[in-house]
Amino acid sequence: MEIIVLVVLLMLGYFFGQYAEKKHFKSIIEREKLLLKLPVVTMRTPPAIHQHELKAELVTGNTVISIDFFKKFVASLKMLFGGKVTQYESLLDRARREALLRMKEQAKLNNAFVVMNTRVETASISKNSNQRNSVGAVEVLAYGTAISIGNKLENTK
Amino acid sequence: MLLTNLEQVPGRKIIQHFGLVQGNTIRAKHVGKDFLAGLKNIFGGELSAYTELLAESRKEATDRMVQQAQSMGANAIVNVRYSTSSVAQGAAELYAYGTAVKIDL
Repeated sequence: MEIIVLVVLLMLGYFFGQYAEKKHFKSIIEREKLLLKLPVVTMRTPPAIHQHELKAELVTGNTVISIDFFKKFVASLKMLFGGKVTQYESLLDRARREALLRMKEQAKLNNAFVVMNTRVETASISKNSNQRNSVGAVEVLAYGTAISIGNKLENTK
Repeated sequence: MLLTNLEQVPGRKIIQHFGLVQGNTIRAKHVGKDFLAGLKNIFGGELSAYTELLAESRKEATDRMVQQAQSMGANAIVNVRYSTSSVAQGAAELYAYGTAVKIDL
């Protein structure tokens, strides 16, 4: 009986998980193309533009993404042997890109031309207390300073 | 209140430093939402309830930081950082900190 439940859960996880991931990656790639012209940098000094006033605004983007049951199962098997765990790689990749995109979308609303000093932070949200070391879901937060051009300065230096 | 995670405010001069300001909040998971999240753990995908919960809590931490800065008489916070830590099973602490400064407007 337990084996049947496990197999059903694995199948559900596999089909829905694959579907969700493909759909998500497709939307990420589409939105990344739209925001390609907005650079996100980790530099800390704002560009030297003396003719215009620069406006700074903190922008953030966050997302929580959960892994599916199938991948979790495969990953736990891989943990026995060690090596590359591609299941978690794609999860974190998705989460990071999504968080960065949300940050960029917010920056775009502020008419920013660059996002400076971008930081990406990851936190794992452990789901089940009965399973040790479980990476149930990850939260990724991306934040930075959106720089936009303000009024024209009269006395240019 | 101007928030930035740069070390200075572009185009403005910092005329006074007030030191570190901080804000934190600890949030526990909602039982109903946790049940749905448990289902999502089988299918995979985004847990939008958690995304919202964390964004909201982080905003509260930021608001507390801003309040502290306002009480000092600052008009901007530079070098803002966020950090997350899990204190207990099912609860997360969201922490925001930065340096309160006064800039000439």
